[in-house]
Amino acid sequence: MDWLSLSNEEWTAIGLSLRVSTVAMLASLPFGILVALALARGKFWGKSLLNGIVHLPLILPPVVTGFILLLLFGRRGPIGAFLDQYFGIVFSFRWTGAALACAVMGFPLLVRSIRLSIEMVDRKLEEAAGTLGANPAWVFATVTLPLILPGIIAGMILCFAKAMGEFGATITFVSNIPGETQTLSAAIYAFTQVPGGDAGALRLTIVAIAISMAALLASEFMAYVIGRRVDIE
Amino acid sequence: MSLIVEARHRLGQFSLDAAFTSAGGVTALFGRSGSGKTSIVRIVAGLTRPDAGRVVLDDTVLVDTARGIFVPRHKRRFGYVFQEARLFPHLSVRRNLVYGRWFAPKSGHAESFGRIVDLLGIGDLLERRPGGLSGGEKQRVAIGRALLSAPRMLLMDEPLAALDDPRKAEILPYLERLRDEMRIPIIYVSHSVAEVARIADKVIVLANGKIEAMGAAAEVLSEPALSVSFGKHDAGSVLSGTVSALDRRHGLATIQLAGAELHLPNVSIAIGLKVRVHIPARDVMLATVRPEGLSALNILEGRMGAIVAAGDGMVSIRIDCGGNPVLARITELSRERLDLQPGKMVFAIIKTVALEAQ
Repeated sequence: MDWLSLSNEEWTAIGLSLRVSTVAMLASLPFGILVALALARGKFWGKSLLNGIVHLPLILPPVVTGFILLLLFGRRGPIGAFLDQYFGIVFSFRWTGAALACAVMGFPLLVRSIRLSIEMVDRKLEEAAGTLGANPAWVFATVTLPLILPGIIAGMILCFAKAMGEFGATITFVSNIPGETQTLSAAIYAFTQVPGGDAGALRLTIVAIAISMAALLASEFMAYVIGRRVDIE
Repeated sequence: MSLIVEARHRLGQFSLDAAFTSAGGVTALFGRSGSGKTSIVRIVAGLTRPDAGRVVLDDTVLVDTARGIFVPRHKRRFGYVFQEARLFPHLSVRRNLVYGRWFAPKSGHAESFGRIVDLLGIGDLLERRPGGLSGGEKQRVAIGRALLSAPRMLLMDEPLAALDDPRKAEILPYLERLRDEMRIPIIYVSHSVAEVARIADKVIVLANGKIEAMGAAAEVLSEPALSVSFGKHDAGSVLSGTVSALDRRHGLATIQLAGAELHLPNVSIAIGLKVRVHIPARDVMLATVRPEGLSALNILEGRMGAIVAAGDGMVSIRIDCGGNPVLARITELSRERLDLQPGKMVFAIIKTVALEAQ
């Protein structure tokens, strides 16, 4: 059973993957809700354009997305240089860059799920809350948000799953540096590139399956709990 | 309390142009669907912004398009009861009821929770979710929710329209108690004469976005010219009276009107109670001599007033029976045969079964 025990490097890759995916999911959530609200409710010029841009990572080859990120957020890229100079935030070849790449890749899935649930909300309920004295912010917090919670959670799980599996954009943007940007997928890829790496690849594959199953079960469980609580007619 | 409403609004083909004031009590906005009733209430509540107009409650200006004033809905404090209950599905009945309370002013004359729960008979439902309630229960909770937000006025938009007759009968007594016990001004939208007759003090009749008539409920509802708006089956008159006697052996109650009395089968009411009686025009026959050997119990003598053609060979006639306006609907042929003319004395025969203590 010795071949089953994970080496330190492998543990690092797993931990990094979990951290990158969690950060990607949580950091993109507020933006995801705002963009979903704008797309579901807003009436503004350029709405289809925004919709297109949000969905772009879903259609483009991941390598292309990674390369665009490199151009924009690299040390010399327009956005990357600005963030580095004024906020000291660096993305290129850091784990934060991996999180950014994963967030961008998972964003369309997050937005889609939340947007659909917002469109399902009966706006008459919001009207009723307004007549009872709730201002728009309170209406959102006490009526809209609880009703779209299942959609938000589904979106978060999808985003997390996408981030766990993300490979192309990440490796293009931040490369494959063990301990810094080498996520689970990248580590499996690295194992398959060296002779005798099959055992390591298999170990990490089992871990990947376990994490994915756990995430799926967790989402099912949460959907069940919320579904019972909300009990929409 | 006084509410002034002036509104002009266009919505596609439909245009609304109405102005009225309400001075407390229950004001009914009455008319067919599409006549603009709901549009008016939505403008009053702040759910619709009128193209032009004013809404003033006492000395607070809520809408004045000329001066660019528009108070948002959450600052108006009008309790709105919608046609569908619109309860929040993710909250229990209790949390639905107290929802508006979070936002109501603490010093306001907020009604006590227990009193309203008792008044509406919803004490057993508090821990349940709206999803499992019947239509009538939902609507009662919705009324309670509006009342508990400490509203300055209650706006009820066809609160019974989505319910079947037994459910209506279940809720109407609660509405009457609301009117009599809470003393909160109500604007009540309806297309049902029976409901309006039972609840309203003042009636405003709307047709095609314009006000056709307004006035005290008894007068407006027995106006023959308006019977077209009310629909063939609903047109009739509303009389107010007091229960003066009960004949338990025959199951009959006697209602004392201004200058006449009526008998109706109902002993579940108390002597001395003020009641309203709705007499559908189609259940009133006319005779030029006092009929004999007739099973009808209620025969009132009166002087004929206006005669209005009601279409399909029918005419609506208003008869003044000792100060009580009774509306009759007969055929044009009968009118010619009996030579019925305004000013003539006639006998109105009212089928007892057609009466109901509303």
